[in-house]
Amino acid sequence: MSDWRDQTEPLVLKGQIKLPYTWSVGETGSRFLIALRDEQKILGNRCSNCDKVYVPPRKNCGFCFKEIGENDWVELGTEGIVKSYTVVHFESPLQPIKPPFAYALIQLDGADVSLMHLIKDNLDRLENGARVKAKFADNRKGDILDIERFEIIREEE
Amino acid sequence: MEDIAIVGVAQTKYEARKYKETYYDMIYEVTKAALKDSGLSLEDIDNVITVSNDFFDGRTISSMAIGEAAGAHDKNISTVEGDGSFGAFYGAMRVLAGYRSTLVVAHGKGSEGDPRFITNAMFDPVYQRPLGIEAISAAALQANTYMTRYGISERQLAQISVKNLGNAKYNPNAHLAMDITVEDVINSPKVATPLKELDCSPVSDGAAAIIIANAEIAQKAKQPPIWIKAITHCSEAYFLGDRDLAVPKALQDAAQRAYKMAGIQDPRQEIDLVELYDAFSYMEPLWLEGMGFCAPGEGVKLTEQGVTALGGELPVNPSGGVLSSHAILVAGLARIIEATLQLRGQAGKRQVKSARTALAHGINGACGQSHCVWILGGA
Repeated sequence: MSDWRDQTEPLVLKGQIKLPYTWSVGETGSRFLIALRDEQKILGNRCSNCDKVYVPPRKNCGFCFKEIGENDWVELGTEGIVKSYTVVHFESPLQPIKPPFAYALIQLDGADVSLMHLIKDNLDRLENGARVKAKFADNRKGDILDIERFEIIREEE
Repeated sequence: MEDIAIVGVAQTKYEARKYKETYYDMIYEVTKAALKDSGLSLEDIDNVITVSNDFFDGRTISSMAIGEAAGAHDKNISTVEGDGSFGAFYGAMRVLAGYRSTLVVAHGKGSEGDPRFITNAMFDPVYQRPLGIEAISAAALQANTYMTRYGISERQLAQISVKNLGNAKYNPNAHLAMDITVEDVINSPKVATPLKELDCSPVSDGAAAIIIANAEIAQKAKQPPIWIKAITHCSEAYFLGDRDLAVPKALQDAAQRAYKMAGIQDPRQEIDLVELYDAFSYMEPLWLEGMGFCAPGEGVKLTEQGVTALGGELPVNPSGGVLSSHAILVAGLARIIEATLQLRGQAGKRQVKSARTALAHGINGACGQSHCVWILGGA
């Protein structure tokens, strides 16, 4: 049986959703990003109840729900350990660098949680446990890419 | 829990691209089919839950555009933005709250947008999105953590894809159904290490619907009621770096509470089959560990020993799972539907023998940030 459906070419319309947006970073996040931009320092903050040190710093401890106070800021090292990584082989227009590159969860010295960031060089030497150091961007604007990437300084310890 | 049951189910075929149908068309198709399956009419349906995501639909308040497709023009309609298993949870709560019945519909047309953009948008706009991270790379970080923790190899995980894509041959709705080998998985193109193309689910177009009813409506329906013995959910931290990605804590919590609610003492003995959200091969063993079917790190052994095979002691994803069909937002609801068909004895060539109790599972958020666990029972 043939009806009009079989005779009709299915049309597809092409469009794009593009939406200007401004995200408030918040007071806690602003202090973190300003320290990256102006001092090339990575700040975290500590829950005074469970002692967990967060990076990026938080308004409150997610586990204790306790507000993290103004005296609980800590300066973390710019070095840390790779806890997990993936080498990306596909392209996306949203990636700030060309593949192959790695995403890594990096536990900075002095922190209890891991920060997600990029590793580009020496991917053949990358493994969990590798020691890495932040490379700051020359032209810093107050965003997370003020840390341009992390670089491997030592293989697994 | 009071007696509430699943009395009608429907799914479309899952496909790479449904050129001919809008998502409205797909919802109309599954709504009609679920009513037909149940033998009920629209007058028996008190309210409707839709499941949708504005980014995937390319339209804000996207649920408002599909009410008429779900027969809801004169009904109370509400929406869940998340996996369909969570939408069905909300639907069940409405029946428990006094409605006689709820229709839950979920749709996904992943083909119309670009999942690299859309899943990037689930991450934090200040700290993570600028890195370009999206669902697949995030999952790869979890796979790396899990495999390193327990010394699990890529070859071991490849067996999950072999099993599930093979099971999909018996599921007429499946998007991918393939006879493949471990070698095929290992040699498939690298996506984000350790994940290769055949470790990853396809992005599918499709829709699904279920009708949840109280005992009065369940008696009126023509299908044997599939009773909801337990539903639980739990979630954990948003930032991946805050979580131990090798230990699905939220799932452990949800599963243990579900077993208690359903009166299950020994899940491995008392549950006859599992339909779980395996968006990537590593997820199946990791979620089985979280559900307490084996010790941490031992999930792949269940597949190596044949326990999870279609004819095994505990078949897992006899439908082919999410690895074979992944309509985003629909996939968790599809797990509930597949479990329902199994318990009715209507699963055709993928039917598990003497299936009396089933576990169905959905996830929401990156790397299983939250989990929804359903225990279903037949007559």
